[in-house]
Amino acid sequence: MARLKDLIHKPEILSPGHRMCPGCGAPIAVRQVLMALDDPVVVCCATGCLEVSTTIYPYTAWRSPFIHNAFENAAATISGVEAAYLSLKKQGKVDKEIKFVAFGGDGGTYDIGLQSLSGAMERGHNMVYVCYDNGAYMNTGIQRSSATPRGADTTTSPAGKVIPGKPAARKDLTAIMAAHNIPYVAQASPSHWNDLVEKAKKAFAVEGPAFLNILAPCPRGWRYDAKDTIEMSRLAVDTCQWPLYEIEDGVLRITYQPKEKKPLTDYLKPQGRFKHLFAKGNEQLLEELQAEVDKRWEELKQRAACQEAK
Amino acid sequence: MTGNEAVAFALKQIDPDVIAAYPITPQTDIVQYFSSFVADGAVKTEFVTVESEHSAMSATVGAAAAGARAMTATAANGLALMWEILYIAASNRLPIVMPVVNRALSGPINIHCDHSDTMGARDSGWIQLYSENAQEAYDNMFQALRIAEHPDVLLPVMVCLDGFIISHALENLVVNEDELVKNFIGAYKPQYPLLDVDNPVTVGPIDMYDFYFEHKRQQSEAMKNAQEVILAVAREYEQKTGRSYGLFEEYRMDDAEVAVLVMSSAAGTAKAAVDELREQGHKVGLVKLRVFRPFPHEKLAGALQHLKALAVMDRAESFSTMGGPLFNEVRSALYGAGGGPLVRDFIFGLGGRDIGVAEIVEIFKKTLETAAAGKVDEMVCYLGVRE
Repeated sequence: MARLKDLIHKPEILSPGHRMCPGCGAPIAVRQVLMALDDPVVVCCATGCLEVSTTIYPYTAWRSPFIHNAFENAAATISGVEAAYLSLKKQGKVDKEIKFVAFGGDGGTYDIGLQSLSGAMERGHNMVYVCYDNGAYMNTGIQRSSATPRGADTTTSPAGKVIPGKPAARKDLTAIMAAHNIPYVAQASPSHWNDLVEKAKKAFAVEGPAFLNILAPCPRGWRYDAKDTIEMSRLAVDTCQWPLYEIEDGVLRITYQPKEKKPLTDYLKPQGRFKHLFAKGNEQLLEELQAEVDKRWEELKQRAACQEAK
Repeated sequence: MTGNEAVAFALKQIDPDVIAAYPITPQTDIVQYFSSFVADGAVKTEFVTVESEHSAMSATVGAAAAGARAMTATAANGLALMWEILYIAASNRLPIVMPVVNRALSGPINIHCDHSDTMGARDSGWIQLYSENAQEAYDNMFQALRIAEHPDVLLPVMVCLDGFIISHALENLVVNEDELVKNFIGAYKPQYPLLDVDNPVTVGPIDMYDFYFEHKRQQSEAMKNAQEVILAVAREYEQKTGRSYGLFEEYRMDDAEVAVLVMSSAAGTAKAAVDELREQGHKVGLVKLRVFRPFPHEKLAGALQHLKALAVMDRAESFSTMGGPLFNEVRSALYGAGGGPLVRDFIFGLGGRDIGVAEIVEIFKKTLETAAAGKVDEMVCYLGVRE
């Protein structure tokens, strides 16, 4: 178990003074991931909020080697860095143990970067890919992505007179990554920092590729008060909208069971992006959203139970 | 060897740290031959079998930034898929060398030779060397590496060879001893590698209006520097191998009044046309351009100045309605240089349409008429096409 008093003494790789918004979930997730490291690391970022706000030339917030290439290719880029490491290590030109991590938002991961990510995972590079999932293209101004929950109001899925927000349900990227049969896949939330750091430790420790999907609430895009970021991520977990689990060598384990599963509306209500769902006439949609969460949660529990029984 | 075998053999002799590549006709042989070298332990290269050309260039950028000698190879649509990352490779000043087997860009889809692929990438910040035959493609590979890695340059280089015509045709060629290659290319010392974890650097930051322009200006300066470096590397290569290279080659140009300017394999055919017309007493010559980026405008204008008329042969269409890309560069180089020849453009060989000696003789005859008339009636012609 990670202990807070140990973690706070870890040198911060992402230094303060970067220009992410107050209350942004992404740097919290990134810092928790990097706290799991004991070895030096090379960081790669997809184009997005995290990249543009931490590397405004001539400044950089990164105390580790860092590369940004483009939007859709963080996985391919870090795979090239890792290949160079393997080659130079074999030749005796590099002797240190070095880790490799890529960070991408949900746009750069679920959508435009999915092919590059799938390729890198299949090839088996020794790398960790972290998706900080804030559920939309926040950097370009809150456009819907395939990670946007059904019903959410975004600038390209606006809640209009006829269509109440995004019509389609979220893509289950964690399951897609698990289907690559890589050594480690996990879903985490910054509200459960201990669980997150442990998962990051496992991800860095395995031989081969690992994938972490981390919920990163966005005060601007979700429309809640910036001080409530951790509360939002906690509500996502406690309503089972964002279950915490891992798949280690093919074995699925739910790492946190809410004592009392809260109704989905507890998560939706504080967020401006779901405000229209509480207007008269959308009761049916709210019920459908709750049913969808229940269904996915039950399926997940069944899979975990099946494996326990084996 | 075929052109592709020659390039793959050059890659084996270079033995880069990383190659990330994806198959595409007519480049596929290069990747296949190289895979065998990897499988047989003949090279120390980490071979990354990516899922697309976009990832090929992305992984190559990552590997080069990490401090590896990193390379890839492609053609046509594969180059088009890399487009976005070509610019990023150049702006990050990564000395990547990439053979490009020239093939017509879709659509319609076509697998045969023309230069629409690399001509489209002409403003991406890559140096471009064009090869007449397998020997030149082979020799260009080693020189490209030295040019790219030169501290005054640090730019990526494309080594272009014509699809099928060169990539798949068998030729006799002289290969270098492994030891010669090793000494010529030397050990690679990257300046700011990511893998130097004790001296962390940030590669690819966001660069706003306060610095972007300066960085682009530095790229222009590096491209300017490349011209002298290309010549210096060629001189050293000639000392070691006896084979001579420059920015362009002049063939029977001394007393020529009319000439053709062309790149790549068609230059070989054009030489035969020059010989035939010389026998008939016509004062004709040929300029074969090897280096398209940087464009050697001053030296080229100097070499063309004395002509009465010049025919530029473009194996790509620009759809500007004023000729192909080569024509526009050449004519621009001549404009303001004082006097100079009348210039015409002949767009030819698109999608692999064959070109023979007879067609190039026809170009010369038309251009001789232009010289005699003292004016250009038809600025842009399409050669060997049904209209």
